[in-house]
Amino acid sequence: MAEIQIKNVAKRFGEYQALSDINLTIADQEFMVLLGASGCGKSTLLRIICGLETATEGEVWIGGRRVDHLAPKDRGIAMVFQNYAVFPHLTVFENIGFGLRMQKQPNDEVKRRVERTAELMHIEQLLGRYSGELSGGQRQRVAVARALAMEPDVILMDEPLSNLDALLRLEMRAELKGVLAESNTTAIYVTHDQVEAMSLADRISVMHQGRIVQAATPVEVYRNPAERFVAGFIGNPPMNFLPANRADAGKWTVAGQTYDGPHAADGSVEFAIRPEDIAPAESGLPAKVRLIEPLGAHLLVTCDVDGTMFRAVLESDLELKTGEIINLAPHADRIRWFDKSTQQAVA
Amino acid sequence: MSDATVSEIALPRAPGKAGRYVYISGVVLLCAWVLIPLYLLLVNTLSSPETVNSFPKSFIPEFDLGSLEFFTGFSGMLVALKNSIIVAAITMVLSILIGAPAGYALSRFDFRGKELFRLLILLTRAFPLPLLALPLAVLFIRTGLDDTAFGLALVHTTLAIPFSVLITFSLFSGIPIELEEAAWTLGCNRVTAFQKVVLPLILPGITASAIFAFVISWNEVFAAAVLTIENRTLTAFLLQTLSESPLHLKFAGGFILVVPALIFIFAVRKYLFAMWGIANR
Repeated sequence: MAEIQIKNVAKRFGEYQALSDINLTIADQEFMVLLGASGCGKSTLLRIICGLETATEGEVWIGGRRVDHLAPKDRGIAMVFQNYAVFPHLTVFENIGFGLRMQKQPNDEVKRRVERTAELMHIEQLLGRYSGELSGGQRQRVAVARALAMEPDVILMDEPLSNLDALLRLEMRAELKGVLAESNTTAIYVTHDQVEAMSLADRISVMHQGRIVQAATPVEVYRNPAERFVAGFIGNPPMNFLPANRADAGKWTVAGQTYDGPHAADGSVEFAIRPEDIAPAESGLPAKVRLIEPLGAHLLVTCDVDGTMFRAVLESDLELKTGEIINLAPHADRIRWFDKSTQQAVA
Repeated sequence: MSDATVSEIALPRAPGKAGRYVYISGVVLLCAWVLIPLYLLLVNTLSSPETVNSFPKSFIPEFDLGSLEFFTGFSGMLVALKNSIIVAAITMVLSILIGAPAGYALSRFDFRGKELFRLLILLTRAFPLPLLALPLAVLFIRTGLDDTAFGLALVHTTLAIPFSVLITFSLFSGIPIELEEAAWTLGCNRVTAFQKVVLPLILPGITASAIFAFVISWNEVFAAAVLTIENRTLTAFLLQTLSESPLHLKFAGGFILVVPALIFIFAVRKYLFAMWGIANR
């Protein structure tokens, strides 16, 4: 049982505020992904949980035990590093067994667990090799096996797939998900790749400028972004934003069309819609087609709506010409609204 | 990015014809620079006194071992050789014991004045030894360190430390901190992580740096000549005795000085390459 609680954690490097007021609870056996652009503090947070970095303020609890004063080795965690950190002077076998040897496990136990995890990661034929004789993907497997062999309560991964080529990354991603689901460990996974985050996570914590902006399931983060930043960060292409003017109570005018919007907001709000939640219709947002990119299954159409760039993912059998003006109707239940001053979602 | 890397890597492999000539002649020149003096030394050492002093010079050794035999029977010779080895060995051990922790600290920790410290280490080489010789001699006589192998080794250690610090600094910097961090997460503390991960990886480099210290001590003559009288090292001993000897004995003495250093470096050349980052497994 290893629930992780992060309470009021802050980190300053001199004047620079790397993390501020982080509160996060990760359930036992949950797969949590920390997602954000580089420099958002996600790796720092991971290193604080790991114990490689100390928080300036706040507490870290793992499995009901306060750990922020403990050394990494006493926290019941294992870590997979971005550059693998496979020890070059040891064979794959000794790399995987390194932690077990440090725990002074008997030889046959080390052998049993090394062989089991090696089999799990499909590297049993590499046990006698050195890291210099391995490819990047194989090193990655060794690094994961080394972490799993510890049978940790929590496994921490810092962009573990980012050094692999695209095809291998897809393969490893699926494999990691399966292996970790079986191992019953709590996992925290840092990445800047939203597709990776979406496909792996039970929950995603989107981080921005040292804060957790939203922590929710992938679908929730995608459908109901809590902040304008999340809406613009998640999704490829990201959400479209259009300025809105108040027409009446709960009614807003967007590019000449009126839509039902938030009641309470008296300030200005923005209209937001995902590119795939739009369909051509008799009446809708007037859009001038600028660019048509056929993507096979869909057309990615870049248009000009009310002087703002607007993207739509449309059916590929549509016949469109650049310069043409079409009407695009958003699905009413997929429209989101963001307060322009607080950047928060408003309903 | 990958395009650029490919062409950068490919360039030195295909330098063109002119480039290849320059390359080959450069290699030949460098080899000659080192080998010709050594060869002349060998020829003259293995020649009879008459041949050494005659003209024109012969470039084929006669295998006359007379000069060398003279040295083996020379009193004090073996004692001086022993002293040289003792002093160089102490220098080697001390310079690593002091230099390696400094190199580790420089590469792993951030502290105020780090850059200045690195500069100061080099500056210790800026003081000419002759300037320090008299005060050092006085100090050594007062503390009773004069004419001892240990005292001389201390001086040689100060000469060798800048190198051992900077060499080990680059060695430690070449080891990704993640390897240590991985060890910490796998049950090591700072000390055991160093033992299990860092030490095995830098051992070749440490050896190279130690050998460098050994050779510095072996070749040092000024401090050795000033600070010792009875317990002279080989260099100081030969300098003293050879200044008035005939030419053929000078050649033989030089030969005796050069050969151990050469054998030593040859034996550990693998580690020297490791030090320059060539044979990084």
